[in-house]
Amino acid sequence: MTGHRLTVDPIGCRAHGLCAEALPEAIGLDEWGYPVLANGPVPPGLVAEARRAAAACPALALRLRKVH
Amino acid sequence: MGSALWYFSRATGLVSLVLFTAVVVLGALGAGRFERRGWSRLTTATLHRNLALTSLVFLAAHITSAVLDSYVQLRWVDVLIPFVSAYHAFWVGLGAVAIDLLLAIVVTSLLRTRIPARAWRAVHWLAYLCWPVALVHGIGMAEADANRGWIFTLDLLCVIAVAVAVVTRVMSTHPDTEARKLSTPKEATR
Amino acid sequence: MTTVFTPMARTLPSHRLDLATHERTHGISPLAAFSGAEGRRRFVAEVGAADLRGRGGAGFPTARKLAAVQGRRAVVVANGCEGDPLSHKDNTLLTLAPHLVLDGVQLAAQAVAATEAVLCVHRGSTAIASVLAALAERRDPVPVRVAEIPPRYVASEESALVNYLTTGDARPTGKEPRPAERGVGGRPTLVDNVDTLAQLALVARAGADAYRRSRTDLVTVSGAVRSPGVVEVQAGLPIADLLVRAGGAAEPVQAVLVGGYGGTWLPWAATGTHLGAVPGIASVHVLPVSACGLDFTTKMLAQLAGESARQCGPCMFGLPAIAGDFAALLQGDADAVARLDRRLPLVTGRGTCAHPDGAVRLGAAALAVFRDDVTSHIRHRRCLTRARRAA
Repeated sequence: MTGHRLTVDPIGCRAHGLCAEALPEAIGLDEWGYPVLANGPVPPGLVAEARRAAAACPALALRLRKVH
Repeated sequence: MGSALWYFSRATGLVSLVLFTAVVVLGALGAGRFERRGWSRLTTATLHRNLALTSLVFLAAHITSAVLDSYVQLRWVDVLIPFVSAYHAFWVGLGAVAIDLLLAIVVTSLLRTRIPARAWRAVHWLAYLCWPVALVHGIGMAEADANRGWIFTLDLLCVIAVAVAVVTRVMSTHPDTEARKLSTPKEATR
Repeated sequence: MTTVFTPMARTLPSHRLDLATHERTHGISPLAAFSGAEGRRRFVAEVGAADLRGRGGAGFPTARKLAAVQGRRAVVVANGCEGDPLSHKDNTLLTLAPHLVLDGVQLAAQAVAATEAVLCVHRGSTAIASVLAALAERRDPVPVRVAEIPPRYVASEESALVNYLTTGDARPTGKEPRPAERGVGGRPTLVDNVDTLAQLALVARAGADAYRRSRTDLVTVSGAVRSPGVVEVQAGLPIADLLVRAGGAAEPVQAVLVGGYGGTWLPWAATGTHLGAVPGIASVHVLPVSACGLDFTTKMLAQLAGESARQCGPCMFGLPAIAGDFAALLQGDADAVARLDRRLPLVTGRGTCAHPDGAVRLGAAALAVFRDDVTSHIRHRRCLTRARRAA
């Protein structure tokens, strides 16, 4: 079963918050501005948005990975 | 015909400079985490990227028309290798330097999710070198231009815009950056 | 800190053993018996059959760790840092039985074909002298050097240790790349706690079956007991009996903190369970009835917040916020509990290492076990300690 997963590199993340704006369905921000990711794989219909969110991260901390 | 292409090249060169100035301003504002009601950081980032791609189109037109026109002797190699052209070797050469830097920035940005983050960031910082080189290239090329008064005024406005953006960027603080400053300092490796 | 001597002591002697006494007590290390490719496989199999697990707190199966280190010029890192203030067993082991640890280092080095070994202790550790003296007596095939690690709490975390030895930066780097694949200087690296390595030396001599039958654990007991210190007890001993081995409780016991600063509070009634059932390092701190568990926890959380490497947002902001909430709770702030209920689940699991997880575990356990104290502080703006002392 192939899917996609979003991960955040906690060291690289600088709380820019662009990811939560690009993909509010799956990414929220805690009170300090750091992303909280929804559990589980990215729903197939949101994969394109997830890729855009990962590309938008100025710190390249958000990554979209294919998982099997 | 030759001089029409030459004027077209001049015009697209100026437009490219203005557009890239806006790209640099947006980049600096983004790094400084600029945001207002109705203007989010994602807006800045998206505009920065889209405007950069647009600028490339005008830049391509600027370069192509300059090479194709018969008014001056410019070969394709003069576009990439600095300071080897027969015509105005130094000023054209600066343009080539800016192109080389820009190529590195564009290629790494297109591949940014596939290369190490540090590598992308290091190359992207070259934009702060690329832009002034392009600006000086434009100033040097306009030396003999009848309209150089207007051109220099435009150049000055671009410089002010980038200076303001950079100052804003340098003076901006964020809790994340401040907190990280307290992180354990690195010691000398034994 | 005194060491409690028991007649059955296998790992911890009552006084320091030099090389000659060590070999008289335990026999010569069977290094040669496990040499060669076939010997290495046999050794790893023996360790697996002994069901040896890491004794640095994570409890990872040691045989699996040994098998994962493959490749040329491997490095063995012996972790003797013991950053938790409530644990002293590693320091005691290195001081009293350094040769057992060093035997284990050689056995592990042979098993992963390492060309170098590094024994890590915190700068200023009292065990350094003992280790250096022991090394001076030995003629080991794999050279061992002692590295002094900066005295920071997270510096002894596995990836932080590897990072420090490679770059001089004592901060964790995260789970990838795994030290077994790319560790010190990019080389395959085995990182093991010194207690685990000492156990390797015992497994090699006794064999898996005999080891399993007579396995002992080293536990640090502190707080309201008559003889605080490091005790050696048979595996699986209930926590309540651990206290007896440390001289028994000095006062009526309210609760125990199991697992160190990043551990779990257990009410006195729950101490029939054994240490292995609770995650974290092998330490038991006894809180008497006359003390305030919330106050103690608040102080610990403040220290943990200060020890953040400040690399990850949820940790560097979340831990001070949680510590602040506990301090506010002590002062009677009724909203503090709601803030904690929101923040505790939000901070755990979102750092690159387990440091914030430990702080959250400690805080959550305190709120649960000291529920009555929470109510007293908020509703009556009064600590129950005074009432308990009077009782």
